[in-house]
Amino acid sequence: MKGKIYFGNFGGMFVPETLLRPLQELEEAFFRCWNDKNFRQKLRQLLINYAGRPTPLYYAQNLSRKLNLRIYLKREDLLHTGAHKINNALAQALLAVSMKKKRVIAETGAGQHGVATATACALLGLKCVVYMGRVDVERQANNVKRMRLLGAKIKVVESGSQVLKDAVNEALRDWVANFHHTYYLLGSTVGPFPYPLMVRNFQSVIGEEAKKQIIKSESRLPDILIACVGGGSNSLGLFHPFFRYKSVKFIGVEAAGEGLNARHAASLLKGKTGILHGAKSYLLQDRQGQVKEVYSLAPGLDYPAVGPEHAWYKSIGRAEYVAVTDQEAIDAVEMLSRLEGIIPALESAHALAYLRKLKFRKKPLIILCLSGRGDKDLDLIEKFKH
Amino acid sequence: MGKLRDKFKQLRQKNQKAFIPYVTFGFPTLELSKDILFTLQAAGADIIEIGMPFSDPIADGPTIQAASRIALNQGANLELLFDFLENYKKYFTIPLIIMSYYNPIYAWGIKRFFQRAKKAGLGGIIVPDLLPEEGKEFIDMARRTDVDTVFFISPNTEERRFKIIDNASRGFIYYVSVYGVTGMRRSFDKDILLRGSFIKSRIKNPLCIGFGISKSSQVKKFKQIFDGVIVGSALINEINKIYHHKNFKGKLASFVRCLNK
Repeated sequence: MKGKIYFGNFGGMFVPETLLRPLQELEEAFFRCWNDKNFRQKLRQLLINYAGRPTPLYYAQNLSRKLNLRIYLKREDLLHTGAHKINNALAQALLAVSMKKKRVIAETGAGQHGVATATACALLGLKCVVYMGRVDVERQANNVKRMRLLGAKIKVVESGSQVLKDAVNEALRDWVANFHHTYYLLGSTVGPFPYPLMVRNFQSVIGEEAKKQIIKSESRLPDILIACVGGGSNSLGLFHPFFRYKSVKFIGVEAAGEGLNARHAASLLKGKTGILHGAKSYLLQDRQGQVKEVYSLAPGLDYPAVGPEHAWYKSIGRAEYVAVTDQEAIDAVEMLSRLEGIIPALESAHALAYLRKLKFRKKPLIILCLSGRGDKDLDLIEKFKH
Repeated sequence: MGKLRDKFKQLRQKNQKAFIPYVTFGFPTLELSKDILFTLQAAGADIIEIGMPFSDPIADGPTIQAASRIALNQGANLELLFDFLENYKKYFTIPLIIMSYYNPIYAWGIKRFFQRAKKAGLGGIIVPDLLPEEGKEFIDMARRTDVDTVFFISPNTEERRFKIIDNASRGFIYYVSVYGVTGMRRSFDKDILLRGSFIKSRIKNPLCIGFGISKSSQVKKFKQIFDGVIVGSALINEINKIYHHKNFKGKLASFVRCLNK
């Protein structure tokens, strides 16, 4: 194995022998495309003309006044399909085309990555199969309808706990059998190398834009970046381009679900080092190494592990990780809706909720990644309240 | 309980090939697991592969997934498996090997795992999601405790890696017969025996084949070239069908004898 496949002690390739070659081929194709002007230009054009980049960096005046902070929202919710997931889906679908794969598979939790993948596949003429846990199919029914309309085939995952992690299991099982003609379009900064690096690079457009925008409007770097962390793709997309600026503090907000002493999905706060889906990272597991069934009302955060780069950030103290509960996230959805007229996704609302807990004497300059819009969650929130 | 290496030496002297049944520990119950293992030994198994159930078995098809889930619900874990092996090791004349995904071993601690494995007289260990390149500490500890390690070669493994896999393996190398997960297959690649003899000419360890094998005709065919044949899902399906039967052990024994006749 060539190259650097670890982030500190985290990451790696913990996969069956059969997947080594497909992963190495993916790595080669990724670096070839990443360094290819034509590929980058094609991707840039799609992101601009099709997906709606650059997204605004919006100064949330009412929210800032209310919380006595200075808050900019990076509006990934305004992208086509309604979340940051399209950045990665378009890029990887182009990669699939360059690798001459005709069939694309993906896993999805909230359905946002599934919709983004189905969209990219429709655009580029690829056959698309999305694995989704039974529980998620039920709680995100609208996204299932969207994917079907876009021509994707939904495979409902009945195994295990029937949520995101089980959808990843099934996608990996499909890939190991069909890799000759199938591209696995993984949606987050998880999985075996090169996925964590590749997805982070494709999402870094968030932070690259935000950096230019904040310097234009404030003539300085921000004090704090804040984003929710499930697998870690929107947060790393925002954080990574600021990595070398040590004055910029990173805060990742995990899902505390019903509370950190009850059912939750806070892998970085409560997990231990372990191996799931091909990577070594923080993992919620029992003492015998069985993966725990985790919980968050936000389907996109309902994952027992976390991207290995976050595990590394934690180990070197580069980022701080915190968690907020379902209730706090729902309160934040209402807060942003009323104050700014923006309905955020439940996932992104976790980051918003943490703003209320920040205490500073001076008003810090904050960029928050508003990773997705909240239309998909309306039923979920209503049900939670009753 | 013997070592894998010794077992293959004996078989070679007798010009025989290994029949290696796979069963999930704790399936269908912890108590029946014991009966199953002894029945398999009595029915002529040369080695038994004991699957340690895991919550997320990415290399396994529906049959072993379901068995793993049932076993976990029965409370199966590494602690109980080692207790079992330790208590009964003097009654096993054949090597027993554990197949476990990496996380349960990692959670235990690699050193602790191998110390316990040595005490339990474990014949060998197979980890389907560990490549030799990721297993330095694992292999070091295995050597120090004299537990055999089995790694995999796939149909798409590049020739230049055969040596790495061969050096990391002790006992045998596991040849994955098909692309995909475990579970019964109707057919296999027609060049599979050719491929087998090619790989054998490049390695020093014995080469056993597994994944998808369910019929005595397949066992017989693969024994022409390979040093051993592993049967898992077909056996678990059969156990699932007959375990509530009064004469379960007798039926299981004759099923195994038929497979390996």
